[in-house]
Amino acid sequence: MPKNESVPKSESVSKNPTTEKDPSLAREQRYAALERGTPRLDEVQFYQRSRRSVLVGGLAALAGFSVFRSIQTADLVDRAPGPLRAVHEKNESLWRALFREDHLARTFDPSESSPIRVNGRKGLDEDFDPATWELRIEGPDGELLGTHSMDDIRALAKVDHTIEHKCVEGWSHVVTWGGARFSDLASLYEDQLGQLPDYVDLRTPDGGYYVGVDLATMLHSQTLLTYEMQGQELEPAHGAPLRLTTPLKYGIKQIKRIGTIRFSHQQPSDYWHERGYDWYAHL
Amino acid sequence: MHWINFPLLTIMIWSGLRIYWADRADPFGVGIGFIGWHWFDLFPDSVNEKLGLNQTLARGMAFHFTVAWLFTLNGVAYGLYLWRSGGWRHLLPEKESLGDAAKVVANDLHLSTAPLPPQGRYNGAQRWSYTLILVLGAVAVLTGLSIYKPTQLSFLTALFGGYEMARSIHFFVTLSFVAFFIVHIFQVAMAGFGNFWSMISGYELESEKPVGDSQTVSEAVSA
Repeated sequence: MPKNESVPKSESVSKNPTTEKDPSLAREQRYAALERGTPRLDEVQFYQRSRRSVLVGGLAALAGFSVFRSIQTADLVDRAPGPLRAVHEKNESLWRALFREDHLARTFDPSESSPIRVNGRKGLDEDFDPATWELRIEGPDGELLGTHSMDDIRALAKVDHTIEHKCVEGWSHVVTWGGARFSDLASLYEDQLGQLPDYVDLRTPDGGYYVGVDLATMLHSQTLLTYEMQGQELEPAHGAPLRLTTPLKYGIKQIKRIGTIRFSHQQPSDYWHERGYDWYAHL
Repeated sequence: MHWINFPLLTIMIWSGLRIYWADRADPFGVGIGFIGWHWFDLFPDSVNEKLGLNQTLARGMAFHFTVAWLFTLNGVAYGLYLWRSGGWRHLLPEKESLGDAAKVVANDLHLSTAPLPPQGRYNGAQRWSYTLILVLGAVAVLTGLSIYKPTQLSFLTALFGGYEMARSIHFFVTLSFVAFFIVHIFQVAMAGFGNFWSMISGYELESEKPVGDSQTVSEAVSA
């Protein structure tokens, strides 16, 4: 029988000899003791209280609904209602504070992976000429710090890993990427920049697509400047010659065909952030 | 705390559907893939368009990740209240409750005319279903977190069998909430208005003595 602290000693069920014979009677007594604490009102008071509760509840419901409406009709900040944008930013501070670089995304066996679908072509200008491509690295004021060919990137330590790519739309796909850690490229610029700024701004050569990523995510060991998918050279629709992949962010941040990388002190502009999405978009 | 769940869950499901429908390739087919076959299209496109849920993913995510905190806080507050007030004694299943629940359900479905077992404020079926819905609330929050931050909280995601599995569980919990709501409203309606007023005001009418009141018990003993 469960412990029951609300039963007064004198009425304790165990002291009642009749309950030994009839367990259901014991249960009834126990339940009755439990109910003794419930306030009971006569009919007039009861309906008076009930009416009052309905009135208060109705007002609360109206107030709640008007809060909801006011959020829906609030001024937009980067195409998201102001209050919701504010919560996005609160969520960002919370998860940035909780961020641990040694928390790794799950990896899979390469045999579980397959080519991922092409879900976005923004910034993939049709006239692009791979022969003229070079990666531009810029400092906080837009000054050119260096340029890299694909040979430079391939010369960095190569990482192959199979991870689950996740899209804001809800789908996910296990895919094998091959490339160089961004942190290895960034370390080439530590002397020039001293301490690296807090943000990284990445853009396509035509400027049609651009993302901003926090430095902690960029320096994570699973964040790659990627040039291979499923062991094959990246196809143009997947962002050849070089794209960003990271299991720390949704696909919207994993920019294809990177043209320029700028280290920045300010939060860089971001294509989907400007269209109502969370800037941080972290996983 | 009980009533707040209704508007909060309504917004959660409404914003959740906006996310759910962002992927045009019928994510639910993927969602229940682990069972091995495709059950049904949960929402055909036509219904979806009438509800205005197309192309509203960003707003859906914003609402979902805002109201989720309120739902979580409300749940934690309710848990603390149950614990501190001793209300859990009315609610948690007892060892007899499972058997009682079967009898109550059989009786409700008019399959049995056997006398109902003794009960307190809630009968065995209620104890089980009200406790289960609290557990499901916690599962909704935890699976939600594990698909919200699958890398930072990878241990939690792993606990639910990975990202896709956690996502499926999240959907099934949602469906359970809807099913619970329908049965719950039906039962409350069947229980009558006196009961409904008590739900709203938190008081009981003096003339409606609960089963097992001490007086009835002592009468039963003398008889």
